[in-house]
Amino acid sequence: MSRDAEGVETRGAAAATEAEGGRSAGAAAVTEAERVVEPVATPSPPEDRAGETGRSVREAVRGAPRAGEPEPQLPGRAVPGPQAPDAVRVQVPDPVFDLRDLSLWYGDNQALRGITMQIPERRITAFIGPSGCGKSTLIRCLNRLNDLIPGVRIEGDVVFEGETLLGPEVDVNLLRKRIGMVFQKSNPFPKSIWDNVAYGCKLQGITKRSELDEIVERSLHSAALWDEVKDRLHDSALGLSGGQQQRLCIARSIAIEPEVILLDEPCSALDPIATAKIEELMQDLKDDYTQVIVTHNMQQASRVSDYTAFLYLGELIELDETDQIFLKPHKKQTEDYITGRFG
Amino acid sequence: MERHLDSQLERIRQNLLRMGGMVERMIGRANDALVERDEEAIRQVIEGDLEVDRLEMDIDEACHHTLVRYQPTAVDLRFLVAVMKIVNDLERMGDSAVNIAQSVEQLNREPPLKPYIDLPEMSRVVREMVARSLDAFVRRDVGMAESVLATDDEVDARYKQLFRELLTYMAEDPKTVSRCLHLLLIARNLERIADHATNVAEDVIYFVEGRDVRHRLAQAGRSGGSGG
Repeated sequence: MSRDAEGVETRGAAAATEAEGGRSAGAAAVTEAERVVEPVATPSPPEDRAGETGRSVREAVRGAPRAGEPEPQLPGRAVPGPQAPDAVRVQVPDPVFDLRDLSLWYGDNQALRGITMQIPERRITAFIGPSGCGKSTLIRCLNRLNDLIPGVRIEGDVVFEGETLLGPEVDVNLLRKRIGMVFQKSNPFPKSIWDNVAYGCKLQGITKRSELDEIVERSLHSAALWDEVKDRLHDSALGLSGGQQQRLCIARSIAIEPEVILLDEPCSALDPIATAKIEELMQDLKDDYTQVIVTHNMQQASRVSDYTAFLYLGELIELDETDQIFLKPHKKQTEDYITGRFG
Repeated sequence: MERHLDSQLERIRQNLLRMGGMVERMIGRANDALVERDEEAIRQVIEGDLEVDRLEMDIDEACHHTLVRYQPTAVDLRFLVAVMKIVNDLERMGDSAVNIAQSVEQLNREPPLKPYIDLPEMSRVVREMVARSLDAFVRRDVGMAESVLATDDEVDARYKQLFRELLTYMAEDPKTVSRCLHLLLIARNLERIADHATNVAEDVIYFVEGRDVRHRLAQAGRSGGSGG
């Protein structure tokens, strides 16, 4: 697929096309506006989109997306509007996931539209966007949780460490051992703290008590929970606070030594102190795990992540280094969203 | 969507423009004081500086308040960062205008050395730089900001020329040394104001494009940093 080679914009190449892209922005805006306002319920056929994406990637521009649009106003007066769905994305280092023109439908409703992006290894990537933009659907594609929902249809591909995730031959249980997940609502098993952490390892056939003890202690340490629970390992996990339960779920994920941890709104039910602990924990785990977080909280995305992907109406609008996204995003839509002008 | 933040930013912008207008006027009045030997103008410059200092503190405080309360991002954050730096430059320009007025006060105790031609012209160019850098900020006009950067070289050249000329005067007639030194100080302060206007223009480019154009030589030695 030659498109894949083009699918990743490097900074250098994009900079070279900057001037040209800036001039063509006005002309492109007309067709782009038409596309965004088209109803979500009538998705364009994927074969059409493939050509379009190829074009859009070539035209993706880093910088000066608003050239030729003088605004003699203070920031804040710009009227938000649909604009430029042609994604801007940077080359990420050591990509571990490679999403290729990924589209997903819930029945007739298209939730993801031709998403092409990569996710870097041992870094934190945040997905942001307004409700319904597809960020949770997207993260669930990374460990095939959408399989469990009836009526889901997926096109395109998700490649994890060089192998497709989507084929029927993929062992989903093995996959979810490699790619762990933490959910919005902490969901400890109604068992003891110790059992919660050891559960996955037992499933994998580890039975030696001393070995399990060691794993439990190590995982709870990693999840920054050990000191708080070491004296009550055999109490019910349901007696823990919300923040502790969430860290327990992270400990449970870590216990089976995954390569990736997916976090879907892990802090949305937590108070600021518990949130801060989870965020610290994510930084501590960064050297050992690839982490992907979905969050509604943009400050959280800017605090914890290395890369940020902004999604809107099922499309990837922009993927870039987090500093860049929050200081000088390339897309007006991204800027309007992160500055609170819409969303 | 009209945001609460917008009214805060608008208020900050209004105050910044007021401060910029005051500084421009001070530089102009300092020139009047020189050319017309106007004592009243000297007093106005010195009084104006008080108001400029007050505005500096008000704007800084409003920026801090907005940062804490709204945690702005992207263009809003760049706006506030730029304002906080521009305010600092404007305040320094005000100080330079006061320095000029004080030199004029000394000069006016003696008869004029010669008709003043170069200094008023330099003052005009410098005022225009200040005005254009602030216009560029209001209009988010990078081209206009870049034209300010170009004019700075012109001011530097004028300063050097004046320096040589005054040196000749002093060498020829030691009785002129005191006046020449004050004229030199005035030129020096104008040249500084031009430098501050250049800083403002650079901040405008940062605000609009997120691009740091300062210190080209130092930039070349950096690895690029994060986030451009």
